[in-house]
Amino acid sequence: MLFFSFFKTLTDQVITVELKNDLCITGTLKSVDQFLNIRLDGITVEDPERHPHMMAVKNCFIRGSVVRYVRMGARSVDTTLLEDATRRGEFMVRVLKGLRVD
Amino acid sequence: MEALIPFTTSGSLVDLVDKKVLVILRDGRKIIGVFRSYDQFANFLMESVVERLYHKMEYADRDIGILLVRGENVVAVGEIDLIAEDLIPLREISVENIMTRITEDNTKRDKDQIIKENVLREYGFVSEGREGDAY
Repeated sequence: MLFFSFFKTLTDQVITVELKNDLCITGTLKSVDQFLNIRLDGITVEDPERHPHMMAVKNCFIRGSVVRYVRMGARSVDTTLLEDATRRGEFMVRVLKGLRVD
Repeated sequence: MEALIPFTTSGSLVDLVDKKVLVILRDGRKIIGVFRSYDQFANFLMESVVERLYHKMEYADRDIGILLVRGENVVAVGEIDLIAEDLIPLREISVENIMTRITEDNTKRDKDQIIKENVLREYGFVSEGREGDAY
């Protein structure tokens, strides 16, 4: 869940998604879901000559299971916040709190 | 609308419904058709579907009709910009022609691959599979 939240903080930023078939798609992150499926707008493809089918495509939905890497600018990431969240195990803390409330 | 659909990004596929889309499958096939329905697994139902075969800057369309794609085979779905589509510098040729070209290329690639594997085997490398085995 941490990375789902993390990707949600990246919405409206320009990211590059590298797929397992080596296709690299750059675009503005529009939305992300629990499976880390990604919706990109205004896309461009690295090496369009090799992927002529992407020329007329302007926005796309990428299935989370085929993503190899997501590249983003260093400034888009608050690494300290991310590290803290990881140490605290934020998700587990929330679950435990939820149980107590119930 | 989004609130009714618990799976947010699949939910955001709502705006693709009834649009002309390109679906890329895991085996590398490119499917073009009118997007009609979907679910949270990214299973898709499409109408007026063609499989578009590419070879360098040429393409050919093979008619399919109505197609239901099981989500696990989907790599990506893209909405086709109808204006940009008319401007792309690709040339349509017949399915037969493109198939001969693709087959020629594949035969050549297979031959090269065998040569490469033989050379690498002498050095003790094991065959690592080829393009398309990535998933």
